[in-house]
Amino acid sequence: MTKNNIRPILLDIRNLSSVRGGRTVLNIPEMRIYEGEILSLIGPNGAGKTTLLMALLRLVPLESGVIVFKNTPLNETLPHDTYRRHFVMVFQKSLLFNSSVFNNIAYGLRIRGIRGRELLRRVDEQMALFGIAHLRNRHARKISGGEARRVSLARAFVLNPTVVLLDEPFAGLDTPTRDALIADCEKILRASGTTAIFATHDRNEALMLSDRISVMNEGRILQTGAPEDIMHRPANEFVASFAGTDTIISGPVIKKNRGTLFIEVNGSILEIVGEAKIGSKVTFCVRPENILLSKKASRATSARNAFAGSIQRILPVGHFYKVFIDCGFQLIAHVTHQSVKNLGLAEGGKIVASFKATAAHIIRGAAEV
Amino acid sequence: MELLFEGIREAFRLLIHADPEVVRITLLSLKISGCATFISLIIGIGAGMLIALVEFPGKRLLISIINTGMGLPPVVVGLFVTIFIWRNGPLGFLGILYTPTAMIAAQAIIATPIVAGITIAAIQHLPEELRLQILALGATRTQMVWMLMKESRLPLLAAVMAGFGGVISEIGASIMVGGNIMGYTRVLTTATVMETSRGNFDVAIALGVILLLLSFSVNFILTTIQQYDKK
Repeated sequence: MTKNNIRPILLDIRNLSSVRGGRTVLNIPEMRIYEGEILSLIGPNGAGKTTLLMALLRLVPLESGVIVFKNTPLNETLPHDTYRRHFVMVFQKSLLFNSSVFNNIAYGLRIRGIRGRELLRRVDEQMALFGIAHLRNRHARKISGGEARRVSLARAFVLNPTVVLLDEPFAGLDTPTRDALIADCEKILRASGTTAIFATHDRNEALMLSDRISVMNEGRILQTGAPEDIMHRPANEFVASFAGTDTIISGPVIKKNRGTLFIEVNGSILEIVGEAKIGSKVTFCVRPENILLSKKASRATSARNAFAGSIQRILPVGHFYKVFIDCGFQLIAHVTHQSVKNLGLAEGGKIVASFKATAAHIIRGAAEV
Repeated sequence: MELLFEGIREAFRLLIHADPEVVRITLLSLKISGCATFISLIIGIGAGMLIALVEFPGKRLLISIINTGMGLPPVVVGLFVTIFIWRNGPLGFLGILYTPTAMIAAQAIIATPIVAGITIAAIQHLPEELRLQILALGATRTQMVWMLMKESRLPLLAAVMAGFGGVISEIGASIMVGGNIMGYTRVLTTATVMETSRGNFDVAIALGVILLLLSFSVNFILTTIQQYDKK
């Protein structure tokens, strides 16, 4: 956030709304995009991410809204076509034209009247940056999916846009191809200082690329912040859940002592750091990597919360396992394959789950300090 | 069979000796059908693009009417065009009945729905997001439409072939509005009918073979362009 505060505002959006079939598909009271930043829009399918990107490009009809681009309001002194040429959008599908790779990349330059050596130089430069120089004369419909994405990105970046809008450009790619492409894309974006707004439903992609993340659902932005804010200080249950925080607990505050709240949940007392009134109900979350598992309670740990429970389920999720523990309330921890082996974790087995009072974040019911 | 072989022999004789009447009829057929196809391309592709890209009430009904028009019976077209350009008809003042102009008009009416129908199908077959992608690369509306035409060039070439094929081979409209006047409005189809009715089967077959060769040559050229582009 601090990094963005010193950056000039590139896009200032107010009361942007779009209605489709009588349903509001976009409702953004305010949104700011800073020069040179990479902002990710994350949310489930149908959250309005693509609609927002297309609304910024004025490709969807808007019910209302003011877009101010570099301090100039659109509609008044800035015509739509001039405004749109500051942007370029890359869609989820590569949507390459029925022509050679070279012609695909050159298209945007040609319609801007750029020809000759300048065109050749810029196309060749982008092909080299995206590692597709060897595909120069290949037909665009006869290259692999990963190559097609690279061509599609090169076709956008060759235009040196002020803002690049990326709509899930890495979706559907195999992991190594996707990771390589994300790395290349970030390198190019950082080197060129291009502002990017990147829609994805994959939070890991967003974490890899972004300066800030906006979480969207049902056409609204629920929270915007730095990746660590979204991950560790979610604004509500939806954001917490979408950011991968599965443990969300509610209960009344029965006592407080020097900034520590004592919350009763199904007969257990949980200690968390925060502010709330005694008697009020608070909802808080704990990230799965902050929940530690051990065979028995240890005095050596500084964790204020340690609860014995039984393992309900062990779910393999990529490089780690998701362990669901019933302690009278549910805790969900992430553990490595090695830990599963060392602790002898098995469904139905007993385990002690612990987390620090500082690891919890109050989502709802916190009092203003 | 002998009659058939005789006809084919006669066709080659007429072709090899470049019979002036046959050459004139062939060139006139090409000219009339070529002009009609060209007009139908301008109207058909323009209307087809517009209908495919713009949403409006009654669009589905209009597409159904155009699709029905793709099978428009030439004699019906001939009948209505004749009524319109008849001396006392609404367009009688033009004085074009029994002229090549009337034949071009009638053939253009036959080919336009064919071209428009194929254009609509071709544009609607393109991914919906392609239009947005073109605009998102900074294209103006005109540039976007041009790019969509380039993207659907294979089916659009098929539209040219279907349109030309439809008019070069039709007889009903040509004979009704052209009158089969020797040296003026006589084309390959009307001449073939006339020679058949006279019992000159060898000449009729010869004209038929020339018509087939002509149709094949034009389609072969267009198909070659189409398939080369597909590579």
